[in-house]
Amino acid sequence: MSTNTYDAIVIGSGISGGWAAKELTEKGLKTIMLERGKDIEHIKGYVNANKGPWEFPHRGGRTQKMIEDYPVLKRDYPLNETNLDYWTNEKESPYTEIKRFDWFRGYHMGGRSLMWGRQSYRWHDTDFEANAKDGIGTDWPIRYKDLAKWYSHAEQFAGISGNRDGVPILPDGDFMPAMDMNVVEKDVQKRFKEHYNEARHFIIGRTANITVPHNNRTNCQYRNKCWLGCPFGAYFSTQSATLPAAMATGNLTVRPFSIVTKIIYDKDTKKAKGVEILDAETNKTYEYFAKIVFVNASALNSAWVLMNSATDVWEGGLGSSSGELGHNVMDHHLGVGAGGRIEGFEDKYTFGRRANGIYIPRYRNLNGEKRDYIRGFGYQGGGSRSGWSRDIAELAIGGEFKDTLSEPGTWTFGMGGFGETLPYHENKITLDKTKKDKWGLPILAFDVECKENEHKMRIDMMNDAKEMLEAAGVKDVNAYTTDPVLGRGIHEMGTARMGRDPKSSVLNEWNQVWDAKNVFVTDGAAMASSACQNPSLTYMALTARAADYAVTELKKGNI
Amino acid sequence: MNRRDALGRVGLLLGGTIIGAEFFISGCKPGSSVNTDDLFSKDTIAFLNEVGETILPETKTPGAKAANVGGFMAVMVRDCYTEADQKVFKEGVGKLDEACNKKFGKKFMEADAKQRTELLTGLDKEAKDYATKRGADATADKLKHKDDKNYKAPDVPNHYFTMMKQLTTLGFFTSEVGATKALRYLPVPGKYDGNYPYKKGDKAWALS
Repeated sequence: MSTNTYDAIVIGSGISGGWAAKELTEKGLKTIMLERGKDIEHIKGYVNANKGPWEFPHRGGRTQKMIEDYPVLKRDYPLNETNLDYWTNEKESPYTEIKRFDWFRGYHMGGRSLMWGRQSYRWHDTDFEANAKDGIGTDWPIRYKDLAKWYSHAEQFAGISGNRDGVPILPDGDFMPAMDMNVVEKDVQKRFKEHYNEARHFIIGRTANITVPHNNRTNCQYRNKCWLGCPFGAYFSTQSATLPAAMATGNLTVRPFSIVTKIIYDKDTKKAKGVEILDAETNKTYEYFAKIVFVNASALNSAWVLMNSATDVWEGGLGSSSGELGHNVMDHHLGVGAGGRIEGFEDKYTFGRRANGIYIPRYRNLNGEKRDYIRGFGYQGGGSRSGWSRDIAELAIGGEFKDTLSEPGTWTFGMGGFGETLPYHENKITLDKTKKDKWGLPILAFDVECKENEHKMRIDMMNDAKEMLEAAGVKDVNAYTTDPVLGRGIHEMGTARMGRDPKSSVLNEWNQVWDAKNVFVTDGAAMASSACQNPSLTYMALTARAADYAVTELKKGNI
Repeated sequence: MNRRDALGRVGLLLGGTIIGAEFFISGCKPGSSVNTDDLFSKDTIAFLNEVGETILPETKTPGAKAANVGGFMAVMVRDCYTEADQKVFKEGVGKLDEACNKKFGKKFMEADAKQRTELLTGLDKEAKDYATKRGADATADKLKHKDDKNYKAPDVPNHYFTMMKQLTTLGFFTSEVGATKALRYLPVPGKYDGNYPYKKGDKAWALS
């Protein structure tokens, strides 16, 4: 046996790659996890996690140099001084925008599991059935019952805190004790309930922050600095959770600086033999061989790997026989919501910084309602007392000004929507062979946009937000909307979708590539629709389910 | 700041002015050839520290000078400001002194605390009036070009005193002195209480 031969190869070390590595190694497979970027060691690698704000020369802000170096990241909140190293170097890894697409990437061990927003929601049958009912895209080849036990499996291991709220559209899960709403959120919730009764719900967010000790991880310490990396391991990441579990089996090898350039396809067996990698540091090429390959490079890069593979058999790459590879790019459209002022509660404050907010699950186009668009949206938000950065109109400068700013200001409440995006065949990524990245590899070109359904939905997203906040007693409510740019949701999906028919989908019901049955894609690429819930929990469940199937089939000698 | 904080901030940002907030959200044009070295001279930093101290003076808690906001301002203007903003800020240093001279017949550094406060209170009003007019002009300009999809609104810089005040506030409350003395700094709360008692005079938390 060559030293480059394993039972399984996992491409990517983010949320789904980490899960694939954990599940496969725990089931006894010798596995290599290939990460294109550098290693970031758990705790030790979180170099800024314990710094005070004054230890950052620009106090966390952005310099002109950063703005120049990160022409994409600068478009939204991620460009900042505190975790700059976690975001992809855009000069080394550019991409082409036929239409604007904000692609916020993390090329390092753990991928975006280090910086993710951690909101974790199950899908409902309404979501899995939607494409079939609407005659849009391809029908999901699975239903809620197929994924339910895998959701539980994912929640139990990752550690998701939340309430069993009994909201019909948002299935309850196996949760740790929920975080608390603050006094203002509880007040808003009370009025909200009085106004909407059971028609709409206002719940505490379900988040992958543990609230009790779990698997040698310390419970959340309420620092709200998650995206720097948690020294307590209190939120789910590859480093805090799946990587140590996989390493403990003795079956995992991790190789950083390994850019997978292609999956090696064997025409005779119609299966993958392994992968070819480019060492990002030495530029040397290596081959790794395995019985199965899990593709978890993040939705768009997983499509890139497939598109760059087996082009001698299929011009469009491995898995392109349906003509859907790289198509149907989805995200959640956002940047629309409302905020306002809360009167009273001046004798109340918060202790601790809760890394979580409130959630209003989808309520539109349910129970027979028909808007002038299909599907729906949810909101995330929260209440807090304003701080020193507020404006004080009646004071100019001086001691009173300073002392006033040193005290908390009024309570405010704000929320923003996350809307479902439909799978449009013409929303696509392709290989742009005219341009190369630092390693001479072709880059991706984006031709993706929001369309009429999303535009119409956004009108409701703005107006509903204002209406609900006003109904809940929030004062001076200000609604806002922004350009509906995709990518900003950082929930890329759909480029290698699952389906029932190889003619219209890239993957089957077990996330297997129709054109190469020992290749599994279990990240956002697999999604046939986007729903409006934050998607990572679904990737975890899909990955665990596919890994279980893969190992079973492998043992049976079927793949 | 994470996405949830950003969502909240945007809502508030559009609802009213928030000092420093735009600094975290907005992107501006890169590239600068303005020489900012002189901002780092001992004299200029001392001058900016006194401006800062006048904006946020020592009370029961230390003031902006104790946090060296002068040095902070120089770093921020050098590294984070656009060329146009750097120019406005640099000229502002001179303008502030001129205004002082006109009002009291002496340079800012020679003015006493009362004179400094009076001067900067006036400049604060001037800056606020300027911002109001700037906002109204921008709205009118936007309306005028509402049919032109490719129209790019001109970048009208802030008033120099707005810059100084913003940088002073940001620099002070995120400094070690500001965060730990003027505010309450608690890096590891360990628990969450959303119904925590507050009485007037209690300091705000340094982190959000």
